Amino acid sequence: MTVLARLEHIVKDFGAVRALDDVTLDINHGEVLGLMGDNGAGKSTLVKTIAGNFQPTSGSYSLDGQPVHFSGPAEARRHGIEVVYQDLAICDNLTAAANVFLGREMMKRVGPFKVLDHKGMNRRANEIFKELKSETRPAALVNRMSGGQRQAVAIARTRLSESKIVLMDEPTAAISVRQVAEVLALIRRMKDQGLSVILISHRMPDVFEVCDRVVVMRRGRKVADKPIAQSSPEEVTGLITGAIQSA
Amino acid sequence: MTNHQDRAPGMDVDLLQGSTSPWRGLLLAQESWVALSILVLGLIVSFIAPTFASAGNLLNVFQNACFIGIMALGMTPVIISGGIDISVGSILGMCAVTLGIVLNADMPLAVGIIATLAMGIACGVFNGAIISYLQLPPFIVTLATLSIGRSLALVLTNNEVFYEFGQATASIIALGGGYTFGFPNVVYALIIGVIILHILLTMTRWGRYLYAIGGNESAARLAGIPVDFIKISAYAFSGLMVAITAIFLVGWLGAVTNSIGTGYELQVIASTVIGGASLNGGFGSALGAAIGAILVEVIRNALLIAGVNPFWQGTFVGCFILAAVLLERIRSLRR
Repeated sequence: MTVLARLEHIVKDFGAVRALDDVTLDINHGEVLGLMGDNGAGKSTLVKTIAGNFQPTSGSYSLDGQPVHFSGPAEARRHGIEVVYQDLAICDNLTAAANVFLGREMMKRVGPFKVLDHKGMNRRANEIFKELKSETRPAALVNRMSGGQRQAVAIARTRLSESKIVLMDEPTAAISVRQVAEVLALIRRMKDQGLSVILISHRMPDVFEVCDRVVVMRRGRKVADKPIAQSSPEEVTGLITGAIQSA
Repeated sequence: MTNHQDRAPGMDVDLLQGSTSPWRGLLLAQESWVALSILVLGLIVSFIAPTFASAGNLLNVFQNACFIGIMALGMTPVIISGGIDISVGSILGMCAVTLGIVLNADMPLAVGIIATLAMGIACGVFNGAIISYLQLPPFIVTLATLSIGRSLALVLTNNEVFYEFGQATASIIALGGGYTFGFPNVVYALIIGVIILHILLTMTRWGRYLYAIGGNESAARLAGIPVDFIKISAYAFSGLMVAITAIFLVGWLGAVTNSIGTGYELQVIASTVIGGASLNGGFGSALGAAIGAILVEVIRNALLIAGVNPFWQGTFVGCFILAAVLLERIRSLRR
C-alpha cells in the first residue's frame, strides 16, 4: 500500500486548549481507516484539519508527497478530499439527483439561455447509484428515503469529482440495523473503487467489520494505530477509556 | 417501496424522462384542489346569485385577483427560501407614491416606471440585506420595514393625494385601466409573470437554490451556494413584483393615496399559502400563487354578490388558509 496523505507532528491549539498534540498519521491508498475516540478526544479536529476546515498550528500535511496548506474546505475538495457530514447536509425537499448535484448543477443550452439539465443529472446520478449498487432512484424525493438511501445520496456527491479521500463522520449513528449494513456495503464499494475512506464512529462492530486499520485518539494524542486484525474490541475500548495507555 | 415495484417495467425510464421538477406532482395536487374549490364555490354562488357568473363580474374578479396575484408571485420565492415579506403593502405604498411624485412633476411615463421599479427593488434589497447580513428574523425585519415604508409614504406625500400625472396622465390610465383583446392589461402581466416565474423556479440555478435554502440552509451553504445573495435576490424580486403591481394599480385607480396597499400583505401571503407554498420553506409554485389569489378574490366577490355581510369575508378567507395549511400537513405526513 502506498501513502496517499501524510500528517506529521500535527498540533492544533484553540487558545490554551491543545486539541491535537503531535499527531502523525498516514492514510494509504484504498484503505478504510477507522478513527475512534471518546467525545473531545480530537477526532473531529483531526478530520477537520484533513478536510481543510482548520489549519494546523504546527506540523506538516502532504498529499501524494506534495505539501499542502488548505485555506478552506473548498480548496481541499479541489484536491480530492470530500466530507460526508454527520447530519448529511441534504435537502429533504429536493430529489436525490438534485441533492447529488447541489451547487454543481449540470446546465444545457436552450437558445441564448442556460437551463438546468434535469435529464442529464438524473442519468448521471443513476449511474453513480448503480456503481454504488444502491437502489436509490434519482428522481425520488429524499424525504421519502431510508437512512441507507440518504447515505447513498450523500456519498454519491463525493463521486461527482475525482475524489481520493472520503471522510465519513458517524454515518451509522442514527439509522436502523438493516440500514447500517447498507452503509457498510457502500463503504466497501468505495474501497473497491480505490478510494481511501476515514470512518469516524462510536460503533465498535461497524469499525471491526469494515475497516482495515484502526486509529484511537485520546486527549488529543494518537494512542493506537494498528491493523484491525491485530486488535480487538476489548483493546480498543480500553484505549478509548484510558484503561490501556497505548498500543 | 418493494422490489417488485422497483422492477416494474418502464419505471426507471419513466422517472428519468419524467419532466424536470420533483415537487411538481405534489404541488399539482394542491393547485388542483384550489382550482376545484374555485369551481365548486363559483357554481354554488351562481345558483344563489346568477349575476356572479356574468362575463362582466367574472372579468372584474379576475382583474382584482391580478393585483394580489402579481404580488403573490413575488412572495413565492421569498417563502420558498424559508423567509417571509410582510412589508409588501408598504412597499406598494412607496412605489405608488414614487410613481405619483415623478409623474406629477410632468416626467414621461417611462421615467416614472423606471423610478418605480427601482424603488421596489431597492426596498426588497434593503429587506434582504438586513435579513441576510445581520441574520435577523425575516418576520421582524419586514414588520419594521412595513412600519417604516408606510410612514415614509406619508412623509413624502405630506398626506396629499396625486391625481395629476402631467403628460403621462392618458398613458398611465390606459396602461393600468385599459384592455387588450378584450382583457384588462394587468391580466397579461399576471400570465406573463406566472410563465417567467415558473421557468425561473424549475429551470434555473436560482430556482434550485431557493428550494435548497428553504429545505436546508446549512446544507446549501456547505454545497457552496451563495445563500446570502440568493436570499437578497428573492426579496428584490418580491419588491420588483410589488412595483409592477403599483404601476397597474395606480393606472387603474387613477390616483395615488398614501394608504394604497394597506393590509395587502395578508391577502398576498394567504394567496401564496393557499396555492401550496409552505411557510417552513422549500415548497411553492408560480401557478399556485396565482390560483390562490384567484380563490381569495372569488371568496370575497362571491360573498358580496350572495348578499352576505362583508364583515364575514375575513372569516371565510381565514378558513381557507387553515384548510390549505391542513392539506399541506396531511400531504407531508403521507410523504
